[in-house]
Amino acid sequence: MTIVPVIKRDYICKLAEQGRRVDGRKFDEYRKIQIETSVVNKAEGSARVKIGNTQVLTGIKMDVGEPYPDTPDSGVLTTAAELIPLASPDFESGPPQEDAIELARVVDRGVRESKVIELEKLCIEPEEKVWIIFVDIHILDYDGNLFDAASLSTMAALTTSIVPASRFELGEDYPLPIKEPPISCTSVKFDKYVVIDPSLDEDEIADARLTVATDNNGDIRAMQKGLNGSFTRDEIQKVINASLNNGREIRKQLSQVTGK
Amino acid sequence: MQDQKRQIVFPSQILGEIKSHKAGRGTFIEDGKIISERIGILNKNSDYINVIPLKGRYEPVIGDFVIGVVEEALSAGWLVDINAPSPAFLHTEEVPWDVEFGATEKYLNTGDSIMAKVLKIDEAKKMQVTMKDRNLFKINGGDIIEVEPSRVPRIIGKKGSMISLIKKYIRCRIFVGQNGKIWVDAETENIERVIQVIRKIESEAITFGLTNRIEDLLKKDIRNVQQ
Amino acid sequence: MKSDIKLIDDNGKRLDGRGIDELRKIKIEAGVLHRADGSCYLEWGGNKVVVAVYGPREAIPRHTQNSLRAIVNARYNMAAFSVEDRKRPGPDRRSKEISKVISEALEKIILTELYPRASIDVNIEVLDAEAGTRCAGLTAAGVALADAGIPMKDIPVACAAGKIAGVVVLDLGKEEDNLGDADLPIAISPRTGEILLLQMDGHLTLEEFNKAVDLAIKGCYTVSEIQKNAILNKYQSNQGV
Repeated sequence: MTIVPVIKRDYICKLAEQGRRVDGRKFDEYRKIQIETSVVNKAEGSARVKIGNTQVLTGIKMDVGEPYPDTPDSGVLTTAAELIPLASPDFESGPPQEDAIELARVVDRGVRESKVIELEKLCIEPEEKVWIIFVDIHILDYDGNLFDAASLSTMAALTTSIVPASRFELGEDYPLPIKEPPISCTSVKFDKYVVIDPSLDEDEIADARLTVATDNNGDIRAMQKGLNGSFTRDEIQKVINASLNNGREIRKQLSQVTGK
Repeated sequence: MQDQKRQIVFPSQILGEIKSHKAGRGTFIEDGKIISERIGILNKNSDYINVIPLKGRYEPVIGDFVIGVVEEALSAGWLVDINAPSPAFLHTEEVPWDVEFGATEKYLNTGDSIMAKVLKIDEAKKMQVTMKDRNLFKINGGDIIEVEPSRVPRIIGKKGSMISLIKKYIRCRIFVGQNGKIWVDAETENIERVIQVIRKIESEAITFGLTNRIEDLLKKDIRNVQQ
Repeated sequence: MKSDIKLIDDNGKRLDGRGIDELRKIKIEAGVLHRADGSCYLEWGGNKVVVAVYGPREAIPRHTQNSLRAIVNARYNMAAFSVEDRKRPGPDRRSKEISKVISEALEKIILTELYPRASIDVNIEVLDAEAGTRCAGLTAAGVALADAGIPMKDIPVACAAGKIAGVVVLDLGKEEDNLGDADLPIAISPRTGEILLLQMDGHLTLEEFNKAVDLAIKGCYTVSEIQKNAILNKYQSNQGV
């Protein structure tokens, strides 16, 4: 495990006291975001997102299979995340640890509960055959804030996915039926300071983390608090505001890239 | 007489022969030929052929001043991460305090940063460091940044000239570890400026005219800073 | 189940228009990841591979340490979305075998005696697969290792040859791999010509085998030039002269 020197933590807090962050950003400012779609040929959809130096690649694969018994007319969505050792000297190889599992489930809920994918439109034969959507999140470079990079690359990949109907002799290929995606924004708290889009160091000294997903109406679609620190009501409200503002900008950028 | 463009070589490049030169840093010998083992800058004089590495982990040398982070407090000492392939050991007898056996945590704990010197390296490349020197202590305050160990000589400058240059324009304390860790202590805005300058030196380390450009940058900053 | 696809047409052109001794298009970029000590992104035909090197660092767990030299851990992994039918995440037997032969090839070329008790970890991730992923992976690993400043005797490089429609050809593409008669990936140390990795499956006469090895080695030398250019591009642009 890479140890964060005590000095580093002290310095970050000292700067925060003056309202500053090590890389010069404001507390509610994101690093530069880059979005690229259709980067993997074999995948039905894919997107590579960079937030600062953090890089995540999400690939979408689709297959035909049986529906869940309690939703016989609905497509199936399954999300997995890999914190592969490629991305950080601290990631180990092996089955997903709880961080990877939490990441996958939070992204999954963001997609599922917001009904971004119109799963009812993905039924082929009720109770027999539906489309299965596999979302695989691959972390390539970890430099802070995996949640947002993973969510954004997932949304970008889904928005540009093509259902491979022709491969299964079910007609012509068509775009995956998608609605306006929610945008997730993550903040962390260290000492008494709350900042959005944590850098690697801020992530490593964080006591608590809050991810808020918002839609284009300004409503909240998902939230997740992580780590063993706490937030006050006031802090939560500030985080929601920062998430709404940044979410709007990020959604614009996503729209520009995907054309949707 | 020096070639204006520094020559970059890579692993497997044949640089000379042992009948006319000695094999220096970053090279190995095969069939009488001196061959580069890394990406680096060729440094060839009448005696030696060296390759100055452009990248790579810190390779400890006895006597090097380094900055380390304590990984673990053990009963007879501490394990210290000095950015080398394995951690170094700091014995309780090699610190400026009187430490009882088992009481190590009272003095240094996980996450503490120290200035140390490389004391011993045995044949199995196990390292020991020491803090028994006037200039060595446990670090408090300031910030520590990491640079490529191969750039450290450029950041220090000939006989410390680059560091002196920075200190001439910005009031600060700077300690450069050979292992690529640098401690800067000053007023907060000054810490940021010093780090900016160091990063610039790091990225332009192998260019020419760097010292002048750095001095210009430091002078310009002074004019922008209120008295 | 050979279909009636003509792998080589009457003009000697293959399915994708290549001649029998032509390589697919290769693009290599060094130093693409921030956290890794060294990294490389490589495209080879439809293959997309990214490699990250960490090390030398303390080998963990302790019982894997070798007191005389560094151990080389190459981990070859295919992303779930890299193939036509989604692959379940995690190493399967094929990945473990490829990881092993690549580790062994790299061990020969890295100056491991310089770092006792350490490990050098090479992570090869296939993001998009189209035949020849192990050659793409090893070639990218060579660049990533050089980028990490790991001392080596040479920059290892790999390339495959094979036999399709009775003819020995260079660098099999997707359908050629599925429908061809033999596949022979090879890795060499370009300076000495030593062979670091060699696998063959299919059916070759002794004469065909020798032809295939020669052809693959020739391919290796071409790819080696591309590796070196990628490295020079990255480091020369930092000169700012």
